[in-house]
Amino acid sequence: MNVPFQHALALAAALFAIGLTGVLMRRNIVFVLMSVEIMLNAAGLAFVAAGARWGQPDGQVMFLFILTMAAAEVSVGLALVLQFYHRFKTLATDAAGKMRG
Amino acid sequence: METVFDISAVVAVVATLMVIAQSRAVHALLYLTVSLLAVAVVFFTLGAPFVAALEVIIYAGAIMVLFVFVIMMLNLGAEAARQERRWLTPADWFGPAILGAILLAEMVWVLASPQSAFPAPAANDPRAVGAALFGPYVLVADLAALVLLAGLVGAYHFGRRSAEAGEGEAP
Repeated sequence: MNVPFQHALALAAALFAIGLTGVLMRRNIVFVLMSVEIMLNAAGLAFVAAGARWGQPDGQVMFLFILTMAAAEVSVGLALVLQFYHRFKTLATDAAGKMRG
Repeated sequence: METVFDISAVVAVVATLMVIAQSRAVHALLYLTVSLLAVAVVFFTLGAPFVAALEVIIYAGAIMVLFVFVIMMLNLGAEAARQERRWLTPADWFGPAILGAILLAEMVWVLASPQSAFPAPAANDPRAVGAALFGPYVLVADLAALVLLAGLVGAYHFGRRSAEAGEGEAP
């Protein structure tokens, strides 16, 4: 392989850390969803890098499953965001602290 | 090929940093799309062109379109149009355009370089991926289909509920 495995893993770790920072720092629920997408993408990058390192197709297969899971997750999450906005008239996640039940 | 990897890695990290540093969701989406495209270039340099194409089609295409739809549905009204005119200044699309131009230059350079510069997809070609997906992983592929179905039903359910709550019935 031309690209060193360590560099790809370092890039995946950096992207994951940035996404985690976004989840922890932002109050807007749309930004939290975007940061979750960044973290999922970084995890997929690590899988593909490992698959390229050992020459196995399993890494890319795992990326396909992560992609499927991300698509399902973001569709449900965005539907929840719409309902959240209809109910609370805001996108701040702090407003969800006042749930019933 | 390593130069291409390094440049797109830097582009991906910078664009992702800009995603979580933005205050407006649409601007963050622009940067997020550029970040996903940069990661697609990284996949290509890792010798996984099939996954790179999927990243562009599904992540940068379908999922980003979902985000754009929801953000556009959230702020409707006359205020939104004035806001849109205010937002469409060159300073707003300049950053993503620069990063995207870097990726475009990379693509032109890769296409113009001789064939030997491409990473050889040894055991990683799309045929092997498909054989593994529907060979040892066929049960997980079925589970992924079920997850997609559950996501479809869930998104429909929540969308319908919010439409009903908008008619009357204060929460």
